[in-house]
Amino acid sequence: MSEHDITLKVNGRTYRGKASARMTLVDFLRDELRLTGTHTGCEHGVCGACSIIFEGQAIRSCLMFAVQADGASITTVEGLAEPGTLSVLQDCFWETHALQCGFCTPGMLIASQTLLDKNRLPTDEEIREAISGNLCRCTGYKQIVDAVKLAAQRLSGLNAPVKSDG
Amino acid sequence: MAEQNFRYISKKRRPKEDRRFLAGSGVFVADIAIPGMLHVGLVASPYSFARIRSINAEAALALPGVHLVVTGEDIVAGTDPMMSGLDAPKLRRYVLADGIARYAGEWVAAVVADTRAIAEDAAELVEVEYEPLTPVTDPEQAMSSESPPLHPEHGSNILFQKKWVWGTVEEDFAAADHRIAFRARWHRSSTVPIETFGVVSQWNQAQQLLDVWASIQMPKFHDLLGRALRVPGNAIRVHYDVDVGGSYGVKRGLKHSILGGYLAKRLGVPVKLMEDRLENMRGGDAQGPDRIFDMQAAFNNDGMIRSLKIRALDDCGAHAGRAPLQLGKPVGAICGPYKVNSVEYEAISVTTNKTPQEAVRGFGQAPTNFALETMVDRVAAHLGMDRLEIRRRNLITADQFPYLIPSGSTYDSGDFHTVLDKTLTAATYNDLIKRRDAARAAGKLAGIGLSTCLEPSGGNSAFEPLFNPKNETTTWMEASTIKVDPFGAIVVIMNTSTSGQGHETLAATVAGEILERDPDTIRVLHADSLSAMPSNSPVGSRMAIMLGGATAGAGKKIKASVTAIGAKKLGVAIDAVEYRDGNVVLRSDPSKKVSWEVIVEIAHRKFHELPEGMEPGLQASFVLEVPTGGTLPDATGRVQMYPCYAFESHIVYAEIDRVTGQVTLGPYTVGHDCGVMINPDIVHGMTYGGIAHGIGAALYERFLYDDTGQLLSGTFMDYLIPSSHEVPDVKIIDHCTPSPLTAFGQKGSGEAGYLGGPAAIACAVNDALSPLGLKIAELPMTPSVLGDLIATVENKRT
Repeated sequence: MSEHDITLKVNGRTYRGKASARMTLVDFLRDELRLTGTHTGCEHGVCGACSIIFEGQAIRSCLMFAVQADGASITTVEGLAEPGTLSVLQDCFWETHALQCGFCTPGMLIASQTLLDKNRLPTDEEIREAISGNLCRCTGYKQIVDAVKLAAQRLSGLNAPVKSDG
Repeated sequence: MAEQNFRYISKKRRPKEDRRFLAGSGVFVADIAIPGMLHVGLVASPYSFARIRSINAEAALALPGVHLVVTGEDIVAGTDPMMSGLDAPKLRRYVLADGIARYAGEWVAAVVADTRAIAEDAAELVEVEYEPLTPVTDPEQAMSSESPPLHPEHGSNILFQKKWVWGTVEEDFAAADHRIAFRARWHRSSTVPIETFGVVSQWNQAQQLLDVWASIQMPKFHDLLGRALRVPGNAIRVHYDVDVGGSYGVKRGLKHSILGGYLAKRLGVPVKLMEDRLENMRGGDAQGPDRIFDMQAAFNNDGMIRSLKIRALDDCGAHAGRAPLQLGKPVGAICGPYKVNSVEYEAISVTTNKTPQEAVRGFGQAPTNFALETMVDRVAAHLGMDRLEIRRRNLITADQFPYLIPSGSTYDSGDFHTVLDKTLTAATYNDLIKRRDAARAAGKLAGIGLSTCLEPSGGNSAFEPLFNPKNETTTWMEASTIKVDPFGAIVVIMNTSTSGQGHETLAATVAGEILERDPDTIRVLHADSLSAMPSNSPVGSRMAIMLGGATAGAGKKIKASVTAIGAKKLGVAIDAVEYRDGNVVLRSDPSKKVSWEVIVEIAHRKFHELPEGMEPGLQASFVLEVPTGGTLPDATGRVQMYPCYAFESHIVYAEIDRVTGQVTLGPYTVGHDCGVMINPDIVHGMTYGGIAHGIGAALYERFLYDDTGQLLSGTFMDYLIPSSHEVPDVKIIDHCTPSPLTAFGQKGSGEAGYLGGPAAIACAVNDALSPLGLKIAELPMTPSVLGDLIATVENKRT
């Protein structure tokens, strides 16, 4: 299996590594870079647990080969806030208990953050649309929708955060 | 303890465990990497029933990076079979097929290699020669003496068959004004966590110790693992601090863990076995109940249901697993929340050439509740009575608790009518009826569903002796330990893993409540299996009751020690002082006090100031027996199953697309009474999630097999999990009837929503279909099933 040198910018930091041609991007992030916050749930592009922000878009990192991402700029859950702090969105997930087991959570955060980056005051329907490609078995989605709504309000200055870093 | 007097319990508090998951720093089993760790690939049978003639691993072993290939022969020689839970000693189940593959996907060989990718490449190179046999896939045919048994030594495909008669069933049937009979079908689905099962095993030769990290939620996991691997329990250390990415009952990879342990021990290196999604669906042995209910009800003109005859035939798949016992738990709520005078229950479990089952959220109660609620609706339809009215008449009334049902369980408390009424009000039921009727007038298929269901909680083992008299287990205790360090910091140690239920928050909240210390300052740890006190894991909605109760017990011991130390320091008798905010104050003059810090220091350093006979340090453990536990079934099979009974009433509006058969749900309202909630956000979250599981089981999810036993829905492309589009905005209405049996009046709630949701959705679909003269008692009611059903009528019209 041929090995390829690749260079990625992940969470603002440049990484260089070797990937075999068939290695998926999620395996590269998890196994080579040890960024294990991104999870694998189905590895066939349905569940969304492996969602990352790739050049500004939420994508499924199980559906892309690592070599295809050479030169790209990526954000994973580890990069949503400064180390040791939580972003407004993460804090709102905590406030509404928008998670239980935490396994789909990184993907949900990625999907929601991408929505908020484009749409500062989304409707419930727009939030549901944005997270509809991410499956959660614990929450029934209700508290996730509540969290994104709360984050949108806070980011728009309508409702100041209670705690910025928990 | 009255609810309003709580400091921390029942208050909105941020769950302790959420933060690590939000930061992406949870540690799930897939995240564990040990230097030198090897990876497992699996060879699965393509046939649902076949004799294995030969296995040739030469080509696989020749691949660079491959270390080992093992087959059933190695496993039979090196491990003991897994136990079935039944009195059926000739049933043998090994982790790799023992000469015969009994379902498509059963593991036939395992490959260990440097990487997962190489292991999968090598698995494809293992040559297996099969002799296909004729599979048995229909559970009713499987019962026939002409069907070849999957396990010839056992002699039959019937694993378990028993009929219990509780009360004057025949007399009640003869005396009743009416009788109906119908069949209800709950097809095979499961809770399917987004994290698949995985296990990392490491054998330490010098210590003779197997370390295990697994995404596990399972009682007795550690004991059963040791038994199968032929090592004493103290040679296995299961690390319960691994984050588990959802379980809802099914994360019980004993098979995987035995294999992983065997390989790690044999190779002397760490080994990781992670299911991929395809492996999880077909060979993970984690599918759910698959049941045919033949229901009979006897009732009077006034709508009062007098007696039931229930025959439940469960297709358990190729191996027994926990499937037969999932017919047992419903005995504890066999007549639902209704005043039924007598019940006959026949439980049958059969083997077929399908993937085995695992315990699924509710342990068989959700299918039973669906059958019971369908029965109530059919009785109402038979009498031309309103579906609400028949429930109101039959529901047990608040003044009747504690209430003994015919099968021997006593319901602890409840106020079903009030919960139902609150739900109707919140759902604006009369407006819903207007909306439905207007939609129908506009040509739509619209319906309203309702259900009133019980959630038995406090997970006990009583179904084990009921289904196997040789098993005399009468306790499923749970322990908790609290330690206070020399500076006053508190640690609570729980003794099992957690998979999203918020146990760390639960334990900290309870310890904080008893010790009057801020729960946010309390750390909760998970012991490993060697350092742990007894636990039976979070099954059967038990942890609020059991971990909560055990932690309260440990806290009270600490509080008593602190009080005694404080009294001695003040030079007065214990009854002259009072524990207040962790300090000890003189009752007669509260300005005279000994602080928490001083008392803790005495406990740790000043033995000379300790009350006589008190152990130094400040720590306590408490082991709680399940409330009402401790008894075996009587000769008629009557037994107290679980201690506590929560109640839920669902009201859901539905419309069905006439062409596609797609059901759109909402508004959806659920009234819920699980006693005192320790953390309302956690309880609500599990209820919303349970309803989402219920929507899946009712409308979308099915492990579908063809006649040859091939799984047709083994991916997320065809096994459909509800997304945020399919799950409506659910409104929860709380009610609190405390349990008299628990530390704070709490009941369990881990199965909330799932136990009543499918019944309510089925009810809504049937209401929507009723103008067409159609009815259906089969789940899941997928778009294709409903579309075809509607077409039978619509095609006649055109």
